[in-house]
Amino acid sequence: MQGSIDTAQSTINIAQEGAASHHEEHPDHRMFGILVFLCAESMLFMGLFIAYITFRLVAVEWPPAGTPELEILLPGINSLILISSSFVIHKADTAVKKNDIAGVRTWFGVTALMGAIFLLGQGYEYANLEFGLRDNLFASTFYVLTGFHGMHVFVGLLLMVAVLWRARNPEHYSSESHFGIEAVELYWHFVDVIWIILFILLYLW
Amino acid sequence: MTVTTAAKTPASDVPMLLGNERKWTDYFTFCTDHKVIGIQYLVTAFFFYLVGGSLATVMRTELATPAPDIVTPDVYNGLLTLHGTVMLFLWIVPAGAGLANYLIPLMIGARDMAFPRLNAIAFWMIPPSGLLLIGSFFFEPPTAGWTSYPPLSLTTGMLGEGIWIMSILIGGTASILGGLNFLVTILKMRVPSMSLTDMPLFCWAMIATSLLILISTPVLAGALILLAFDLFAGTAFFNPTGGGNPVVYQHMFWFYSHPAVYIFVLPLFGAISEVVSVHARKPIFGYRAIAYSSIVISFLGLIVWAHHMFTSGTPPWLRMFFMITTMVIAVPTGIKVFGWVATLWRGKIAFTSAMLFAMGFIALFLIGGISGVMLAAVPFDIHVHDTYFVVAHFHYVLFGASVFGVFMAVYHWFPKMTGHMINEFWGRVHFALTFVGMNLTFMPMHELGLMGMNRRIALYDPQFTDLNVLATIGSYIMAVSTIPFLINAAWSWRYGPKAPANPWRALTMEWRTLSPPHIENFEELPVLTTGPYDYGLGYIAEEDPAELYEHAVPAPVAG
Repeated sequence: MQGSIDTAQSTINIAQEGAASHHEEHPDHRMFGILVFLCAESMLFMGLFIAYITFRLVAVEWPPAGTPELEILLPGINSLILISSSFVIHKADTAVKKNDIAGVRTWFGVTALMGAIFLLGQGYEYANLEFGLRDNLFASTFYVLTGFHGMHVFVGLLLMVAVLWRARNPEHYSSESHFGIEAVELYWHFVDVIWIILFILLYLW
Repeated sequence: MTVTTAAKTPASDVPMLLGNERKWTDYFTFCTDHKVIGIQYLVTAFFFYLVGGSLATVMRTELATPAPDIVTPDVYNGLLTLHGTVMLFLWIVPAGAGLANYLIPLMIGARDMAFPRLNAIAFWMIPPSGLLLIGSFFFEPPTAGWTSYPPLSLTTGMLGEGIWIMSILIGGTASILGGLNFLVTILKMRVPSMSLTDMPLFCWAMIATSLLILISTPVLAGALILLAFDLFAGTAFFNPTGGGNPVVYQHMFWFYSHPAVYIFVLPLFGAISEVVSVHARKPIFGYRAIAYSSIVISFLGLIVWAHHMFTSGTPPWLRMFFMITTMVIAVPTGIKVFGWVATLWRGKIAFTSAMLFAMGFIALFLIGGISGVMLAAVPFDIHVHDTYFVVAHFHYVLFGASVFGVFMAVYHWFPKMTGHMINEFWGRVHFALTFVGMNLTFMPMHELGLMGMNRRIALYDPQFTDLNVLATIGSYIMAVSTIPFLINAAWSWRYGPKAPANPWRALTMEWRTLSPPHIENFEELPVLTTGPYDYGLGYIAEEDPAELYEHAVPAPVAG
């Protein structure tokens, strides 16, 4: 029994090597993680939306006197582009499930292009608006909400470029392993849904 | 090998590493092992506790006399803002996250968290967040209180306020990433034989905490982003002179900060459910009631926020709603307290340091809970709003429950985390000093508040002097009480007797591996042989296979 220190120590060493060399199948929880993260992210927008709604409901006059009318045609076309891009990115998902990497590149490229057009359209709208960030409460909420959403679109674009970069290697994504593609798709749908709510709140209501 | 022979301490001059004792340098690296991250969180948080405590001690020193003689009122404002922010965002939240990081994978039989790298990233956001905040004290501290209500926060100095916002945003992001990790880990990574209702109650509490973090923290981030725009870009979201509405900030702020009090205390609700059962050698009373009440608390916690705003011009029907929901929260918390007390009742109570802190926790939390129900009543709240009664109430909850809970958890899991037993005598001294100091500091504040002494102000009417002196003496006792703990923890970590795998003969799974556990926690994934609290229900830990214990050299006292 007195020799048990050595034995114990060697057992521990063996145990640690055993643990280090374990290659158990780790189930992939990343998509669930992304979903939870997007739920949290949507609470950020929810907070901003409810702040906007409260400002509006409490205000005596909305939009405050002297605010120019919002042009609806360009943002409307922009919205259509963004919404249809959600269907386009889903085609990439279908493609990767058939191991069609060329299809992934095409559809991701098209989605990225549509996203870029959306951002350019928004930039054009900003440049032609007749009110600035500080003019009144409506103007401030307008810029902060659309800007915050635009930032999310921009992050989506970066993610798509990253996927395209990785897809240069045709082995990188396969029908079994394509977390990146699925995650970006989910994120893009999220950005889309946020825009729909935003559009209704800011332009249509 | 029988257990009795294994219990003898073999004579050896060679200091032996137990399990996977880490080198101390490992704790300063970007390490993805959840056990390292857990200890990193706890030690960092404790450092910030000392910082926040020092700030509080200076404040209490200032308040020993009615005149502002030790520090100027401006410095006092900075002290109180930093004290609140540091204690909440850099001590209690990271301490809870540290316990969760260390314990969740061990308790559910997982090898690590679901996203180990994300976990390390989340931890490494805490030090910059804290250093930013503390650093601000040396040039321009934020002085608008930890609530940072506009328009006050828009007029008290842009730099300090900007640093405050930045620091909270970083800390909040860390908290969200942590919550995400806890939730996915608990839901997806339990050993196959463990259903949700076989989980230790700590895991239930962490599900509730994570949900609250994920739902409410982003809303605070939204409020702070708008506040930052007001501060730096000249917008007027919350500035009434520009047509904005400061009450919207209050709503968004409290939508996070009320659930936040449950984020502060729920992990410790979970931890105490482990401790009372183990140290009273009895099955926990009402497992399901305690488990589900955590979830109910997290739901109700989301719909009570405006009780902080009864004096902000909220319409009466809204006050009525929030008064009722707030009072209803006393039911699930009452169920928990009842469960813990019923577990203690006729148990074989071992008065270990962990158990003492657990009992202190229950007693003090009960007082804080009762004054909470008083404050929920609108007429009473309007009377004592912004007085020391509120200060007394939330310190009984935050210090009496959360801080006592963290100490309890440290005493209970110290052998597992460090592989060494902590000194019980000095643990009891620590408890006695903390308990006396705590009550001496905060009990008089109830009276002061009822007499109408305003909080957050450096000077006060001389009629309040006597009770303030008492509170200041209490705060010095509390300050002194950390010394035995610090020395005890540091000394025991290095020189304490070696801890066995399962010093408390507990049944949850973190005790079924080495102390401290090796890198991936378990040699073989464990199989549930017993419920987490089946003490005295036929399962005898001593009949476990001997190999469970033979790696560890048990402490002589525990043999």
